Amino acid sequence: MKANGKAIKYGDNVDTDVIIPARYLNSSDPKELAGHCMEDIDKEFVNKVQPGDIMIGGKNFGCGSSREHAPIAIKASGISCVIAETFARIFYRNSINIGLPIMECPEAAGAISEGDEVEVDFDSGIITNITTGESFKGQAFPEFMQKIIDAEGLINYINRK
Amino acid sequence: MGMTMTQKILAKHAGLESVKPGDLIEADLDLVLGNDITSPVAINEMEKFDKKQVFDKDKIALVPDHFTPNKDIKSAEHCRIVREFAKKNDITNYFEVGRMGIEHALLPEKGLVVAGDVVIGADSHTCTYGALGAFSTGVGSTDMAAGMATGKAWFKVPEAIRFNLTGKLNKWVSGKDVILHIIGMIGVDGALYKSMEFTGDGVASLSMDDRFTIANMAIEAGGKNGIFPVDDKTREFMKEHSTRTFTEFEADDDAVYSEEYTIELDKLTPTVSFPHLPENTHTFDDIGDIKIDQVVIGSCTNGRLQDLRESAEILKGKKIADGVRVIVIPATQQIYLDAMSEGLIATFIESGAVVSTPTCGPCLGGYMGVLAKGERCVSTTNRNFVGRMGHIDSEIYLASPAVAAASAVAGKLAQPADIL
Repeated sequence: MKANGKAIKYGDNVDTDVIIPARYLNSSDPKELAGHCMEDIDKEFVNKVQPGDIMIGGKNFGCGSSREHAPIAIKASGISCVIAETFARIFYRNSINIGLPIMECPEAAGAISEGDEVEVDFDSGIITNITTGESFKGQAFPEFMQKIIDAEGLINYINRK
Repeated sequence: MGMTMTQKILAKHAGLESVKPGDLIEADLDLVLGNDITSPVAINEMEKFDKKQVFDKDKIALVPDHFTPNKDIKSAEHCRIVREFAKKNDITNYFEVGRMGIEHALLPEKGLVVAGDVVIGADSHTCTYGALGAFSTGVGSTDMAAGMATGKAWFKVPEAIRFNLTGKLNKWVSGKDVILHIIGMIGVDGALYKSMEFTGDGVASLSMDDRFTIANMAIEAGGKNGIFPVDDKTREFMKEHSTRTFTEFEADDDAVYSEEYTIELDKLTPTVSFPHLPENTHTFDDIGDIKIDQVVIGSCTNGRLQDLRESAEILKGKKIADGVRVIVIPATQQIYLDAMSEGLIATFIESGAVVSTPTCGPCLGGYMGVLAKGERCVSTTNRNFVGRMGHIDSEIYLASPAVAAASAVAGKLAQPADIL
């Protein structure tokens, strides 16, 4: 499986309050949440994001509140993969559990610039910056987590067990 | 290889002799928690299970506390989903408005968590119960749903950082200052994926309320959990609040820690986290004139009785500064009653504060104290991210109840020594 799209880049410590502000948590509808995704740090995100785009973050991406609405909003906005230097642990779990592809790769997170065309090969873990020609190797998931991802989320994984 | 407190609890709940960092285990859960924001998503996920029944109706706690009493129609609908689910599944520990409290203050008070437990909650501050010597950690709604259906959760066994506490806190310095100091020292990702284990002679001098506050903010350093050893104070608290039997786990002498720090409690002074990260800590030797518009005293971090007592001691006989709005939120109905019988509520109202029913409300910019553009708030809550309490151009200064109360009187960031 591959993801391909333009990079939309943010800095360190992107918290779940800015990914989806709590004032919108009176809804759990993915489309509605996606309509406000990132708005407290990037009002233009909802206008510029295209299906397949790849979000790039720095350290501790998704820190703060455990709201699953955050990865849900990112996924529903069309983002095909989030690449970051490191992820906060609850966000990491939530993304795997709901089937939002994520990849930890400090080198790629640092080198990719806003607007670069990026391709991610989930089978090999190779991240390619098509704009610059550089490629990077992302951190592979432990086998157990890969099984959850292959089942497209925790619930399917448990149902199949 | 020796095990830490957390590793021992996880091993026991996974039916294993021992575990080591990085092991992926499946552990039995003693309690699964959710609130009015996270539970509706979990309940929706439950519908996708082949098996739709809850694993144990006594081991699930549903606490509508974030946007309750219902702040708007959509929140009311969410609360209704939780209420109907609780009824349909005959959930023992569903807490309706009027009997509820902020979840992380309520559960220990109701005796639902004791030492040795493994608890997951669809709320990041679930790590609070580490104060009781339990392993507890925040998860998302899908994990909550899986926990409700199966009574199990998967974990990656964490490494631990040891914080060796020595000495004793000075007057007007509390658990909040300890944890803000630690976050300032190691950063908001300083404990990423790790346990924070608090040990040492200094622990004995900390009240249970101090320990709850410290464990509560482990997540603000990226921690998986924060945990304290069990001592006489813990046992006394559990005996007062719970009929459940508990199990004490101690770290092995040869337990391995990824890092160790010594925190001299007597050297700590009132500490404030400046916008927009909890790691941006300052002490009053480098804080200038920072005028404020609002003060919030409450939340799962600092809405307990000790917090209200300390704030009231400072506000007693004084008036809140002109131009400052103060919102006091006792974390549970019991704390509210205790604060009333001790005369604390009267002190707050006489000083010019409002006192609210238990709710998470303002902490996450939900309602009951949302900030306008450019406004500054001193808050005893746990996060000062951009837009957390309202407008993206508002500012939050995280502090202890004592600093919050002193600032309310001074009209600017102040410590108790400045106004007493």
